[in-house]
Amino acid sequence: MEEYPLKITVNGKKINAMVYPEQSLLKFLRSKGFTEVKCGCEKGDCGICTVLMNGQTIKSCITLAIQANGKEILTAKSLEETEIGRKLQESFVNHGAIQCGFCTTGMLMAAKGYLDKKPVPDKEEIKKAISGILCRCTGYKKIIEAIYDVAVENYRMEGNGHV
Amino acid sequence: MSKSRLIGQAIPRQDAWAKVTGDLKYADDFSLPGMLYAKVCRSKHPAALLISVDISKAESLKGVRAVLTAKDVPRNETVTKFGQATDVRGGFEGLYRVLAEEGKKIRYIGEPIALVAAESEAIAEKAVELIEIQYELLPGVFDPEKAMKPGAYLVGEKNSNIVNEFGCITGDIDKGFKASEVIIQDRFEIPFIDHAYLEPEAGISWLDDYGTLNIRVSTQVIEHFRDVAEVLNLPHNKVRYIGTMIGGGFGGKEDITVESFIALLTLKTKKPVRLVYTREESLTTHCKKHGFIEKYKIGAMKNGKIVALEAHYIGNAGAYTYLTPWVGLYATVSASGPYKIPNVKIKTEMVLTNNIFASAFRGFGSNQANIGYESMMDELAKKLNMDPLEIRKINCMRTGDALSTTGQIIKTYIALPEAAEKAWEGLGEPTVLKDKNIKIGQGVAMGLMSYGRMTFLRDSSRCYVKLETDGSMILRSGIPDLGGGQISLLSQIAASELGVPIHKVKAFYTDSMLTPLAGTTTATRQTYMSGNAALKAAKIIRNNILNKAAEVLNVNPDQLDIISEKVVVKYDQSQYLALTEAIRVCNSSGIELFSEAQFNAPFTGIPDLTNIKGMTFPDFAFGAQAVEVAVDIETGVVKVLKIVSCYDVGKALNPTSVEGQMEGGSIQGLGYALTEDFSIKEGIPQTPSFTEYIIPTSLDSPDVKTIMIESGGGLGPYGAKGIGEPSFNNIVPAILNAIYDATGVRIHQIPATAERIIRSLKKENLK
Repeated sequence: MEEYPLKITVNGKKINAMVYPEQSLLKFLRSKGFTEVKCGCEKGDCGICTVLMNGQTIKSCITLAIQANGKEILTAKSLEETEIGRKLQESFVNHGAIQCGFCTTGMLMAAKGYLDKKPVPDKEEIKKAISGILCRCTGYKKIIEAIYDVAVENYRMEGNGHV
Repeated sequence: MSKSRLIGQAIPRQDAWAKVTGDLKYADDFSLPGMLYAKVCRSKHPAALLISVDISKAESLKGVRAVLTAKDVPRNETVTKFGQATDVRGGFEGLYRVLAEEGKKIRYIGEPIALVAAESEAIAEKAVELIEIQYELLPGVFDPEKAMKPGAYLVGEKNSNIVNEFGCITGDIDKGFKASEVIIQDRFEIPFIDHAYLEPEAGISWLDDYGTLNIRVSTQVIEHFRDVAEVLNLPHNKVRYIGTMIGGGFGGKEDITVESFIALLTLKTKKPVRLVYTREESLTTHCKKHGFIEKYKIGAMKNGKIVALEAHYIGNAGAYTYLTPWVGLYATVSASGPYKIPNVKIKTEMVLTNNIFASAFRGFGSNQANIGYESMMDELAKKLNMDPLEIRKINCMRTGDALSTTGQIIKTYIALPEAAEKAWEGLGEPTVLKDKNIKIGQGVAMGLMSYGRMTFLRDSSRCYVKLETDGSMILRSGIPDLGGGQISLLSQIAASELGVPIHKVKAFYTDSMLTPLAGTTTATRQTYMSGNAALKAAKIIRNNILNKAAEVLNVNPDQLDIISEKVVVKYDQSQYLALTEAIRVCNSSGIELFSEAQFNAPFTGIPDLTNIKGMTFPDFAFGAQAVEVAVDIETGVVKVLKIVSCYDVGKALNPTSVEGQMEGGSIQGLGYALTEDFSIKEGIPQTPSFTEYIIPTSLDSPDVKTIMIESGGGLGPYGAKGIGEPSFNNIVPAILNAIYDATGVRIHQIPATAERIIRSLKKENLK
């Protein structure tokens, strides 16, 4: 089978590679050392492989690497580069929103995707934003609270009043 | 006091940052140069005689480095263990067969037959397809009730499918029923369910410079190094386990998963070998929570007092024994719940079938018991026209009471009916909805669950603590971290005793050769067992420091405490010795500032299994959950609106972690009640992915309200009780009782799917 050239930006770094057409973005990213993108099912069911592609949350296991050609991918490794990302990480740590941690990087990226839209903080909307990602340990409550707190803080900093 | 500085504080876990940055390397994030990829060739039939396995085509495929069958396994058949240092015998250890053998029976779909190591995953997959297997198909038996009958198809090599029988007899059951004014009977069916951890099984093995086999794996039991050594016919000290942070386990990573396979392939090829299960492979080939069929009969007086309880359990063990005997014993001991009943008769039969094997799952057998007895309690309340909470108050154990099954007297505080009252109160007034088709219902359930292993397993845990010259601390423990914060908790305990800030503690963990063995992260035992081991180790160092500092400060040691890196005189904290100075003085005087300590649980003998009496567990945790549901009577869809979980946690050493267990346990139970069913038809798994096997998402999960009672009465450090498994109890019957309250129909078979609710409603309307 023929390999195709892929030009992709991951966390701000340009990567040129040759990929097989059937290779998933997940497998491609992990093969390049981005092991913070976790593999849970490779079927699009569990969502823990969620990354941002041009600002949109996508499940990297059901996205072909070649579909990401010319696009910008952000993984959890990019979080520390932005204020929202750092706040989210801190909030997850302080809320105990992490148990086994296997869904955490996916959850964080879904949270980042949600917060980048500068929403009016709303727990029901947060539930929807992370509903594509399974967590078996936490019961979701602390994850939702962790995201909500950052959303409220951001909302105020954007010059809005209280929620 | 120093303890108050860290104990009871919601300090963030030490592993949390590595998890949010993505730096943490789970089992499948780790690779080595020259690594090979493994795949497992598995049976496509649930019951068959394995005639032959031809690997010649697979072996000749380019890039394949090894293909192994049972003939290549030095000791293919040993016994299943889960960390115990000695064999218990008496039918407790089952057969551990690494690969299916020619001339013997295949027992389930997915049973491993051959192993491949190749230069890429794709080549390994291709090689698996090239392995030619001849089977002689056999009828098999899939239903445990059929499998028990004389003349049934035999799943294994023994002449009966019954793995074990257990019993408990108290008083005189016939007299009890004769004396009863009302008698109720019912039958419940509980399916196989899956742990559904997000991290599929994974591990990598390699040989070090001296030929020692290293296995880096996601496991709850690093003591399996012994079992793998037995399989390989190697001395125990030539196999080293390095446990990773586990991406969820819930009991499913208690048995050996990938380890024997990669170990065999590494020994054959002398290369590092990695094996990661696909999700389908994980779901269809790792153990399940035992399915149960339960028959309950309860006799009571009109005033609500229960006089007799009889239960008969049939547990579906699947194809191999694994932890089935222990699960059966747990269920038997738990069968009368937290109730005082003078006449009790329990019988449990655990039965082999040609389904995937069942083994450990959060709660072991006690959830299945809890679903039965708590459904019965509401049935009894209805029969007597009493309030469900009232019937529980009349019958529940109080502090000082004994279990009605075994007669084991509970020596710690029994938070009943307190927990049930608090959970019920926490629910508040029923939600009012305008939609006529939506019925609101509230339900409660309470129960007990052990923490710590069965006492006849003679459990122990060890921990090492050391103070460095700069005042930092090193902790070593073989404890596996399931995500419950197990490692961090040990640091918190030791740091608290020695006045060291938590960020100055570095824990080294989960290494079968380099860290003291702490036993398994199972049975809700780590806070209790390893917590006490860490406390004991830290206290030895603390005493050494206090004694030496007392000489320097010219006071008695008992007048000293260690707070925030200072050894202070309690009555005058301006008098102190800096901790680093105390360490310096100790070191220059040859006083030991390291300690490895062992904590032992109470030890008992093996009970008479036909009538189990006396202590079988160190202690129990008591609690309750209350639930509000909305049932759409047109569609049968149930939405859980509120959950309140109330437990006596003894002492919440890290309240955030305890809450996390209580919230997570409740939502896992919500799935058990409403959607989760690892359905197997004629041996064929029907739910091989998360498309079919439905676990709760954020949209299904209400905010769980947690209420912690801190009686201080637990056997763990500072009076803590274990909460990991107990938090998963009660929730299923609480939901079933709430559905009953909403609709008047009793669900006898979980999960309570929309279809089952509609069918039950129709049946009820025909009455």
